[in-house]
Amino acid sequence: MACLVRSWIPLLFLQSFLVAIAFGSNEGEEFSEELLLKPLPDRKVLAHFHFENRAPPSNSHGRNHHLFPKAISQLVQKFRVKEMELSFTQGRWNHEHWGGFDPLSSMNAKPVGVELWAVFDVPQSQVDISWKNLTHALSGLFCASINFLESSTSYAAPTWGFGTNSDKLRYGSLPREAVCTENLTPWLKLLPCRDKDGISALMNRPSVYRGFYHSQRLHLSTVESGQEGLGSGIVLEQTLTVVIQPETTSVETNMQPSWSLSSLFGRKVVGSCVLAKSSNVYLQLEGRLGHESKNVDTEIEAHKLWMNSDFDLSLKPDRVIRESSSLLFIFDIDKSSDSEPFDLGLTWKLPSKWSCEQAPLHASRFLMGSGNERGAIAILLKATESQEKLSGRNLTTDGRCTIKANIFQIFPWYIKVYYHTLQIFVDQQQKTDSEVLKKINVSPSTDKVSSGMLEMMLELPCEVKSAAISIEYDKGFLHIDEYPPDANQGFDIPSALISFPSHHASLDFQEELSKSPLLSSFKEKSLVRSYTEVLLVPLTTPDFSMPYNVITITCTIFALYFGSLLNVLRRRIGEEERFLKSQAGKKRGGLKQLLSRLTAKIRGRPIEAPSSESPAAESSFLSSKLIFKIILVAGAAAAWQYFSTDK
Amino acid sequence: MADVGGDMAEKELEKPTYGFWIWAMASVILRLFFIFYFPENFKLSSRPEVSTPLTSVRRLAEGYWLKQSSMSPYAGSMYHGSPLLLSVLGPLTSQWIEGQSSHHLCSLVFVFADILSALLLRAIGQKLQKTYSMNLKRLGVLRSSGDRGILPCGDIAALVYLWNPYTILSCVGLSTSPIENLAVIVSLYGAVTRRVPLAAFGLITATHLSLYPASLAIPLILLLGYGLDAHPLKNFLHTRDRGVETGSTSDVSKQDKLTRTTQLPFLWRTVLHFVFWVLVLSICVLVLCSLSLKQYGGLEEMFKRTYSFILNIEDLSPNIGVFWYFFAEAFESSRNYLLIVFNLYILLTSLPPLAFRFKHRPCFLAFAYLVMSSIIKSYPSGGDAALYLSLWALFVNELSDMNNLFFILCGHIGVSLLSPVVHNIWIWRGTGNANFYYGNAMGYVCFQFMFVEESVNAMLDHDKALEKATGKMTKN
Repeated sequence: MACLVRSWIPLLFLQSFLVAIAFGSNEGEEFSEELLLKPLPDRKVLAHFHFENRAPPSNSHGRNHHLFPKAISQLVQKFRVKEMELSFTQGRWNHEHWGGFDPLSSMNAKPVGVELWAVFDVPQSQVDISWKNLTHALSGLFCASINFLESSTSYAAPTWGFGTNSDKLRYGSLPREAVCTENLTPWLKLLPCRDKDGISALMNRPSVYRGFYHSQRLHLSTVESGQEGLGSGIVLEQTLTVVIQPETTSVETNMQPSWSLSSLFGRKVVGSCVLAKSSNVYLQLEGRLGHESKNVDTEIEAHKLWMNSDFDLSLKPDRVIRESSSLLFIFDIDKSSDSEPFDLGLTWKLPSKWSCEQAPLHASRFLMGSGNERGAIAILLKATESQEKLSGRNLTTDGRCTIKANIFQIFPWYIKVYYHTLQIFVDQQQKTDSEVLKKINVSPSTDKVSSGMLEMMLELPCEVKSAAISIEYDKGFLHIDEYPPDANQGFDIPSALISFPSHHASLDFQEELSKSPLLSSFKEKSLVRSYTEVLLVPLTTPDFSMPYNVITITCTIFALYFGSLLNVLRRRIGEEERFLKSQAGKKRGGLKQLLSRLTAKIRGRPIEAPSSESPAAESSFLSSKLIFKIILVAGAAAAWQYFSTDK
Repeated sequence: MADVGGDMAEKELEKPTYGFWIWAMASVILRLFFIFYFPENFKLSSRPEVSTPLTSVRRLAEGYWLKQSSMSPYAGSMYHGSPLLLSVLGPLTSQWIEGQSSHHLCSLVFVFADILSALLLRAIGQKLQKTYSMNLKRLGVLRSSGDRGILPCGDIAALVYLWNPYTILSCVGLSTSPIENLAVIVSLYGAVTRRVPLAAFGLITATHLSLYPASLAIPLILLLGYGLDAHPLKNFLHTRDRGVETGSTSDVSKQDKLTRTTQLPFLWRTVLHFVFWVLVLSICVLVLCSLSLKQYGGLEEMFKRTYSFILNIEDLSPNIGVFWYFFAEAFESSRNYLLIVFNLYILLTSLPPLAFRFKHRPCFLAFAYLVMSSIIKSYPSGGDAALYLSLWALFVNELSDMNNLFFILCGHIGVSLLSPVVHNIWIWRGTGNANFYYGNAMGYVCFQFMFVEESVNAMLDHDKALEKATGKMTKN
């Protein structure tokens, strides 16, 4: 027994030491994991994973991290990144059904493919260099072709249209990037528990990529310490947003499907990540449900909130928070264990229907025209139902109610936009620029050098039903090397970003919150923004198998015709010579002919043609020509001899 | 429709003396009809036959818009023309921006330019015709005083210019080539009528607008130095020495008093005068350009965006030439070499030989140069064809027995009709590919080559025939 105790003591010491390493020494470095689940009106479920990792400002910053990924802190230090966001997205966010006016959608509804923007803390002249290096570093870090954003034809420097006003901001997107598990794995590597433990263990690859939409995002920002000598802290926010259709057995079509974590992801949460400061799961129920139970105060009725006639939750929530239009159930997963895994389930009992809050205007973008020569891009802004609710928010000085909309759009250089053809239609009536266009910033593209950028601020009346913006373009013709391997598929125009600078989305919690990074980020006001579709523009292709044919045929024809033109030009001289030769040949032959011609030139001409050039001059000219020819031939022969013997 | 007009003009060639004004008016009315009754339906302004990146008025409007919003007009790789033309034509296109179909102002300018070009061509033709018959008389080929056999080449050239479908299309289709053509014709007119500043002005304007007319400096200097087109100097001096005909008042015969043994006098003073004016005007143009582009990068930017754009063949959009496809397909590594070959080699091997052979016929030399530049231009358009075809018509008397004229004419018509079809098949329907259009362009280049070759051949034959005729006469 004593022996056993003796052997236990060092183990205990060791354990406490290890715990001290894990928790004690890294004061300030905080990691938290959260998961938000939200049933969507169109019978789908949204799962939003949120991981936040904070590194405090410190002197030794960058050398001694316990939780914070070293790769990211090195990145921040090396390229002096002030703020950066990288997102990998597949699928398109459905603004009508999944919401467009809540913080979740305005932050996590991303354009298809890869989107990267970064603000640097370097002198203006070095921003582009930093950007290029950053793209290469991220490309290696995330196994994606982010390095294609290095080329100046693929990124832009938005001034105010993007929402973040900084002249050190660079923005680029790759609409065609295929996002898959190879991008998720390096992203998971940045988490302290990877996907072995805690909430991230739910990320079963087949179920994540089976979804309708998934967007994996990495947002990092530096926090100035304000203290002299201390570096800046880094906040790394990693989110994964997935929209999944739960498998349902119910035959009723209007019945919302019931689901549980295990049915959605095929896995259960077995305990939290030990290194996380907090690990919570939230369930947000929106719309009618929230409103119905607004006046609930007592404990008994609070109980009814999660087990009522409408739906059942399989677990008892730790807390229930009311928001202006929704209910938030909070679950702490620390209690779960191997024997009692956390498997939250929602069972609907009655059919229910609700709708999401939408952005004031719904944006869509499409191409007009046919053929491969020219076309037009149109952006259509349509009023949504929620617009009436929102209107009246911003009145101008003269009492008119207006909605402001910023449009930010990048055009690749092969889309040659005629900015003077910009037309704005409000409710099918064409408006002049001064009526609705408040601000415009155009930076035209340069062929093969830089991409074009259009930033517009529209001020539309609140009662607007629809607004359309159209702009014409010519399609460029590229060199055969500039086409991608699948040239006939067409080229992608990156999404346009529509943001509403006077509308901000936030969740308005009535109660004081515990320190949850996810909820506090929802509480902050965020700009309402939505991305439009990616457009696919087919471009004319040359014949890729023709280079040799084209070069040879063109050169042959040019050579042939220039040759024949020169032949025509020199023909008369030849004829004259032949004529003279034939005349002289009648009299004499051989070498004497040349002599006779010379003598004829010298003697005969003065009598026959006195007005022509002076005979002496001509003969000397001719003889000098002859001498020159002889010298030339002799020189060539000598050179030939010299080079041939040399070899 | 325009082709029918062209055919009618061809038929009319026989009796244009009294009908000239009627036909000229009719062509103007036709243009106005097209402009006002088919405003947007044609979409002519984006046809590759009509407008190129250099001549497109749509691009000019974009440049003007950029300039109005205090950006460089050359930002965006859209506009590649002259900054001065932008400040002249730009305000006319801003009307276009506001309302939909008020591009009429611009079109009216082009119609006016066309009329002016035709009138100047007519004046040049009349002058040439007078010299031609004078020379024939002096050579003794033409005994009778009546000009029965001599066609009124001025009227014909003017009508060919006005009724040429290419001219009509480029006038109606909003391309700046009528103005470029006008500048070329002004320079020729100035040289023919010995108005040295006018010739220099035309040359500088044309060069400033499209660079290639710079080669016209040689014919203009020859024109000012030697006088109008005459027959080969040797024969001419030959016959004059015999004293077959004397006492005329032509420019050339004024130098009768000069010594017999020297060549035909070269008027160094006039040429120096011309060079002086060219220098003065080019400095003026440069100063004006640098003033108008002061805050957008100045002259360097202009040279980069205009002349460098022309010589480097940066825009690979299809046009009726062959270089767009050639440089879209050619390997990037050999691009510079090929650029040098096509720009420099062709210039060096085609321009000097022509100048040596035709120094006695500067106007014909100008015609030949214009055809050559239309072939080797990086962005050729129908407007170039319009110009050289009408200049060709100035020499109907000399070139009356040109070989293969019918074949070449049919080839031109065939290629012009096929070009829109092939373009449509490739670009709009997607059933054909780029090789179709390239093949058509190749055919066009071939016919142009044949045209200039046969013209040169016919002109040399004509000179030879005259030589023979005078030779016979002197023997008699």
